[in-house]
Amino acid sequence: MLKDITLGQFFPGDTIAHRLDPRTKLLLVTLYIVALFQAKGWLGYGIITVVTLSCMRISHISLKNIFKGLKPMIFIISLTALLNIFYTQGTPIVPGWIITWEGIARAIQMVLRIALLITGTFLLTYTTSPIALTDGLEILLGPLKKLKLPIHEMTIMMSMALRFIPTLIEETDKIMSAQKARGADFETGSLVDRAKALLPVLVPLFVSAFRRADELAIAMESRCYHGGEGRTRMKQLIMAGRDYIALMLGILLLALMIYLKKLGI
Amino acid sequence: MSEIIVEKLRHIYSAGTPFEVAAIEDIDLVIPQGQLAAVIGHTGSGKSTFIQHLNALLSPSSGKVSCGGKDINESKLSRKEVKSQVGLVFQYPEYQLFEETVYKDIAFGPRNMKLPEEEIDQRVREAAGFTGVDEELLDKSPLELSGGQKRRVAIAGVIAMRPGVLILDEPTAGLDPAGCRQILENICAYREKTGATVIIVSHNMDDVARIAERIIVFSHGRIVMDGTAREVFSRAEELVNIGLDVPHATELALALKKQGLPMPDGIYTHEQLLQAVLELKGVAAC
Repeated sequence: MLKDITLGQFFPGDTIAHRLDPRTKLLLVTLYIVALFQAKGWLGYGIITVVTLSCMRISHISLKNIFKGLKPMIFIISLTALLNIFYTQGTPIVPGWIITWEGIARAIQMVLRIALLITGTFLLTYTTSPIALTDGLEILLGPLKKLKLPIHEMTIMMSMALRFIPTLIEETDKIMSAQKARGADFETGSLVDRAKALLPVLVPLFVSAFRRADELAIAMESRCYHGGEGRTRMKQLIMAGRDYIALMLGILLLALMIYLKKLGI
Repeated sequence: MSEIIVEKLRHIYSAGTPFEVAAIEDIDLVIPQGQLAAVIGHTGSGKSTFIQHLNALLSPSSGKVSCGGKDINESKLSRKEVKSQVGLVFQYPEYQLFEETVYKDIAFGPRNMKLPEEEIDQRVREAAGFTGVDEELLDKSPLELSGGQKRRVAIAGVIAMRPGVLILDEPTAGLDPAGCRQILENICAYREKTGATVIIVSHNMDDVARIAERIIVFSHGRIVMDGTAREVFSRAEELVNIGLDVPHATELALALKKQGLPMPDGIYTHEQLLQAVLELKGVAAC
């Protein structure tokens, strides 16, 4: 049950999307998000949708995987749709009704916007390993180190957190089984009962998380880890021709969207 | 009565996906009331999956598990009830302690069974007695105890439900020899006093040889051997071939046999080995 969580999941592969430099992909996602928010009319949304679908095609990510990832967001997406349907002024579909044609159109656009936003970021995490991602992030945010921001520390914390998600999920599963064997009941009872029933899982989980953190710190120190200063990389990130082309395409997309917005389409 | 009957048990993980894998297959087994059985097998042989079926933590993909004549997966209620009849102690159970005091932690199981307060108190003290947890430890926090003590508290937490069947997954892993001995003695004492069935999963063949009446060997999700210690350890070479250990005495006997000495099969304790060597010497002296 817990194993179905797809948060930050990476599907290894060997497509051009996988081979792109993580920095390129991070920048592309940023460009993509800005471009997405420029879309006002159907043409804009159409272009972005086509771009997203072709990116999915290129990186061999199926619609099924995307839908699986969208599932947890269903509540927010449907809430947005409902609010837009009922609270947009315009011509009612039936005279006297609160539902308007404009409302329906807006609802569809909003749902599309959220879905595309999430899909874009999924494409990043699905095709980039967490380590490459944090490496890329560290270099991209590098200039901020001049402002005395602890960028290296933040990125290493991020990669460790990502690294320990599966471990902690496994541990939770194990502890839940053990408490179930002692008659704990997680599935029935009122909301308060169920929240209380989680205590026997959370306490051992926290204890073991602290223990793991402690062990990890000792293991890192005994291998002379002393922060980012003067640290070199095993895998150097090098921008290739394809990275520049991809970035150009990204900028082109953004320019096109801004142009369309100016035209008011 | 809590005789366990397993029929044609099969469990498939991630059924219907490309990661589909059969963890156990074709398991047929009867474990009579009061038996002390050991389950051995290499890592990934399916033994942990198997024992989790015995108290309905996992439900079979096909096949049937019954305890005391009742199918344990019959209904939601039976799946819940079986958990107090079949107590399962997981590997490294000390990591599951969560209450403020040892007493409260041992009381967790009986409390989930909705027993009256006096009964809970009685069971906690009894379980603490069985596992050698001192009265004065009951008010301490589980986090203050030593590793061996924590493990005994965790086992007491399962024993307090008075299960007719007690299953322990590697109860002695990671303990020092004295701690191992004590835990095994505690378990044997519980069985003698209550007549419970005990199933131990272990990698320590010397322990298994010493205490188990019956040994069940798992390999690649199937039962490959099932018999008394004598029967199983007389097939020592096969055990070594599937990647398992044999008791030290068996290992020595095998080595002597390889040197051309006439050693009998089925040696698994130091006494038997000594006997065989003495006999050998007697023959030579004649």
